[in-house]
Amino acid sequence: MNMMSEIRGAGLVERAREVAAVAAKHADAVDREGRFPHEAVAAMKSARLFGIQVPVLLGGEGASIAEIAEVCSILAQECASSAMIFAMHHIKLSSCVSHGLGDEWHEAFMHRIVREQLLLGSATTEAGIGGNLRNSICAIEVEGDTVRLTKEATVISYGKQADAILITSRSHKEAASTDQVMTVFLKDQYTLEQTHVWDTLGMRGTCSDGFLFRAEAPKVQILPKPFAEIAAESMLATCHLLWSGVWYGIALNAVTRAQAFVRAAARSNPGVTPPGALRLAEATAELHLIKSNVIAGIERFEDAKEDPSQLSSMGFAVAMNNVKIATSQKILSVINQAMMICGIAGYKNGTPYSLGRHLRDAHSAQLMISNDRILSNTATMLTVHKLDTSLLG
Amino acid sequence: MRDKIRELLGKLGGLPVSVDTLTDGADLYAAGLSSFASVQLMLGIEDAFDIEFPDHLLNRKSFASIDAIADTVASIVEGREAA
Repeated sequence: MNMMSEIRGAGLVERAREVAAVAAKHADAVDREGRFPHEAVAAMKSARLFGIQVPVLLGGEGASIAEIAEVCSILAQECASSAMIFAMHHIKLSSCVSHGLGDEWHEAFMHRIVREQLLLGSATTEAGIGGNLRNSICAIEVEGDTVRLTKEATVISYGKQADAILITSRSHKEAASTDQVMTVFLKDQYTLEQTHVWDTLGMRGTCSDGFLFRAEAPKVQILPKPFAEIAAESMLATCHLLWSGVWYGIALNAVTRAQAFVRAAARSNPGVTPPGALRLAEATAELHLIKSNVIAGIERFEDAKEDPSQLSSMGFAVAMNNVKIATSQKILSVINQAMMICGIAGYKNGTPYSLGRHLRDAHSAQLMISNDRILSNTATMLTVHKLDTSLLG
Repeated sequence: MRDKIRELLGKLGGLPVSVDTLTDGADLYAAGLSSFASVQLMLGIEDAFDIEFPDHLLNRKSFASIDAIADTVASIVEGREAA
C-alpha cells in the first residue's frame, strides 16, 4: 500500500511543511537554549494541526495514524523537539478519540481541542515507579462529583505550556497499583510546582521538567475506561508508531545532509566518486529498512484498530514493541554513518552538514520507555506467544 | 477446573489480596494481576491442563477473571476432544 495515497486533501502535507519551515528557523536556538519551540507550536496551531485526529463529526479531520506519523516525520526533519511535542499531543489525543467517544464531557472536550487548538500534555511518570507507566502510587480521591489528585510527576513534557494534562493514577484509595484511571485536567484546574529541571543531552526543547501536580476537577473528566485498556488498545501502539515517525524523520534528515555533502564533493571533483558515496548507499539501505518497519507497524495497527481483542493481543503487543526497538536502535547507526560521511563538517555545529543535534536527539529514542524494559516485556510474552511462521500474515 | 485455576492464581498471580476474597467473576487486573504474572499464570495453566493457548486467545479478555480463564481452557479442551 502506498501510504502517500492515503494522505487526503486539505493539504495536510503542505500545512506540515509550512510548520516545518518555521521550526527549521529556530531549531538550533531551541536546542542550544533548551527552550520551548513556541514559534513552531504557534505555527502548528495556526495550521490547525492539533485537532486533525478528532473525528469529522466533532469538528476535526479524522486523520489516520499514518497521516499523523507522516506529519511527525516532516516536522522531525527540521526540529525533533517540535515533532516530539506534536507526537506526544496526538498520543494523548488518541486516548480521547479511542476511549472518550460517546461520553458527553470528552466529546465536548475534543470539540474544544479543535476549536481552540489546545495542546495536550501527559503525566504518566511518577517518583517511586520511574517509567513503569502501568503502575501508580498516587490515587485519585473521589468526593461526590469532584475528584482531587496530587502526583509527584518527575517528568511532564512541556508541562508549563500544555493547555490540559492527561494524568494516570490509581482508581481509588484502596486500588492495586495496576488498577489505574486516566483523567483530563484543564490548565485552570491544576497547579504545578517545579521539582526537576530538564537539562538534557537532546530533545531539549520538549522542556520535560518535573512537577508536583495538584488538581481538582469534576469527576466526569475521568476517561470512562480503565487505563489498562487505554494503554493496551491505543496508547502504547500510538506511542511506538508516532515516536518512530519522529525518529525516522531525524535519521532521514541526517542522510539528506550526508547526501548533500557527497553531491558537493562530486561536483567539485567531476569524474571521481567521492569517498563517502559508498557509505551513503549503505546508509540509504538502512534508512529504507527503518521506513519499511514503521510502515508495516502502521498497517498492522490500522488492521487491528477495529477489533479490541486484536489490539489487546500478545501478537500485536510484540509487533509494536519490535517496531520501537528496531527503529530506536537503527537510527543511531544511520546517523553515525552520516557523520562518517560528513566528517568534521558534520561534527561541527553551525555548518549545513552539522549532525550533533540529530545524534543527541536520537539518543533519547532508546530511553523513552527504556528498550530494556520493552525487551524484558517482550521476553516474558515470548514464553507463551508463538512466532508467526508466514511472511505476509 | 475453577479450583485448580484458583490454586494456580494464588501461587503465580502475585496478587496483593488473597484469592479467597475474589469471586469467579472478579476483574483480576483490577485486583492487581500484572502482565508478567499473567504470563506466569498462562504457563502454569498450560502445564496443569496439558494445553497450549493459541495466539488468538492470548489477550486480556481471556484472562480477565477466573470464569474467563475457565471458558478459555474449556474451549481449547473441547476443541481438542472434537478433533
